[in-house]
Amino acid sequence: MAEILTLRDAVAGLVHSGDTVAMEGFTHLIPFAAAHEMIRQRVSDLTLVRMTPDVIYDQLIGMGAARKLVFSWGGNPGVGSLHRFRDAVENGWPRPLELDEHSHAGMANRYVAGASRLPFAVLRGYRGSDLPSRSATISTVVCPFTGEELAAVAAINPDVTVIHAQRADRDGNVQLWGLVGVQKEAALAASRVLVTVEEIVDDLAPAPGAVVLPSWTVDAVAVVPNGAHPSYAAGYTVRDNGFYQAWDAVSRDRDAFLRWMDENVLEAAR
Amino acid sequence: MSWTSDELMTVNAARALAGARTCFVGIGLPSAAANLARRTTEPGLVLIYESGTLGSKPSRLPLSIGDGELADTADAVVSVPEIFNYWLQAGRIDVGFLGAAQVDRFANVNTTVVDRGPGRPEGRLPGAGGAPEIAASCGKVLLVLRHSTRNLVERLDFVTTVGHGDGPGSRARLGLPGAGPVAVITDLGIMRPDPETAELTLTEVHPGTTPEQAVAATGWPLAVAPGLRVTEPPTEAELTALRRLAQGAPDA
Repeated sequence: MAEILTLRDAVAGLVHSGDTVAMEGFTHLIPFAAAHEMIRQRVSDLTLVRMTPDVIYDQLIGMGAARKLVFSWGGNPGVGSLHRFRDAVENGWPRPLELDEHSHAGMANRYVAGASRLPFAVLRGYRGSDLPSRSATISTVVCPFTGEELAAVAAINPDVTVIHAQRADRDGNVQLWGLVGVQKEAALAASRVLVTVEEIVDDLAPAPGAVVLPSWTVDAVAVVPNGAHPSYAAGYTVRDNGFYQAWDAVSRDRDAFLRWMDENVLEAAR
Repeated sequence: MSWTSDELMTVNAARALAGARTCFVGIGLPSAAANLARRTTEPGLVLIYESGTLGSKPSRLPLSIGDGELADTADAVVSVPEIFNYWLQAGRIDVGFLGAAQVDRFANVNTTVVDRGPGRPEGRLPGAGGAPEIAASCGKVLLVLRHSTRNLVERLDFVTTVGHGDGPGSRARLGLPGAGPVAVITDLGIMRPDPETAELTLTEVHPGTTPEQAVAATGWPLAVAPGLRVTEPPTEAELTALRRLAQGAPDA
């Protein structure tokens, strides 16, 4: 059953240095507040998994928290590059970053396999692409029924998956809606699950298209209003597109980035 | 009205969607073109975004593929595994519309890394995203990018997404179900694969552009199709709709 904890206690209890951590949310519901708490607690040597690293992993990578990144599209959506990600890959700053790189379809299916507790997933993908030449988690398998050769991708089973959701009830049942991305699969694939929510309510009224993660699939729930900012929680907040545009200039320069993190993430807890 | 070369590119990219019923929309230039098509040539066009939205009808141009309005205005919102498996891989989508960093003569695409020369590390691009499977499984593919020798190259530094592979028959040999790229729309004109060789050939130039300019801005010896045509100038309605989109203004 999920415990309702402070964000500080939830991160301290569930996220450890050296872990494989998936923090999902496809543009929507990205768990920024939890990442900032991980940075404050100096969690390090992480293998970070996320389809779209986005600004959340740009920040973790720039702060040196990651040794490896598993991903499929590493840009600032609609804006340009993720400069901290690029600096780590191209120049090894602040430390080298190992990559395991996929397509979106491959990553999504890796989570499906993980949630299903299967060793791999099958898709019609990567045909003719150079991507398999750089990844140990892409191979092929022959269909025993038709003889068709298909792509096989290794399951992802994170040590811990961290997501943000709109709300939970007092028992720790979690509800999220809108763009639900790959969060259900990422949560069910993981050994431990931490969910930050906008609010805790007495009753989870049904919402159209909502995903519910029962309390017994979640380890900890922490209430963090606006905990997805600059991403958003449909029904509560809107995406702060201005922040994503402004991040380009902040993240271009190492010192400006470190200053921003110091003022807005590290200082925030002092 | 006067116009810019980028406006020529987007207007012609939107026109290329005429007749399409469903479009898997990449972010950036493809999204601008697909949204313009909905406001001009193809008002019924079903926009599908990889964030899981089917039938988005945004009133403003979204910055990302996951802006809230894409979900709020959609006919249906599904998970990311579902959009790729049940909708894209199953062959339900007519047109895939993609941007690109590098494109070669067979319309193969690189969005992963660029070679920056000896002694320098590879330049990092965002990566594949949905593109390899979008280009594989949609009925056909449109590409839109700016025309330069940097973007249109003799040899890709990395093949992220297959267009026509190494030429005729390549897609069939690889088992790629869709027809692949049918047009590459740039700010100078339009290139289409030659029916015999599958090699991109200049078939149209935009008003005010010469074929020599397009050839000079291409990294391989670009063939010019016999009967090269000039694209129709943008109409006032197209330019007005595009500028309202670019300003983030709601549909008129």
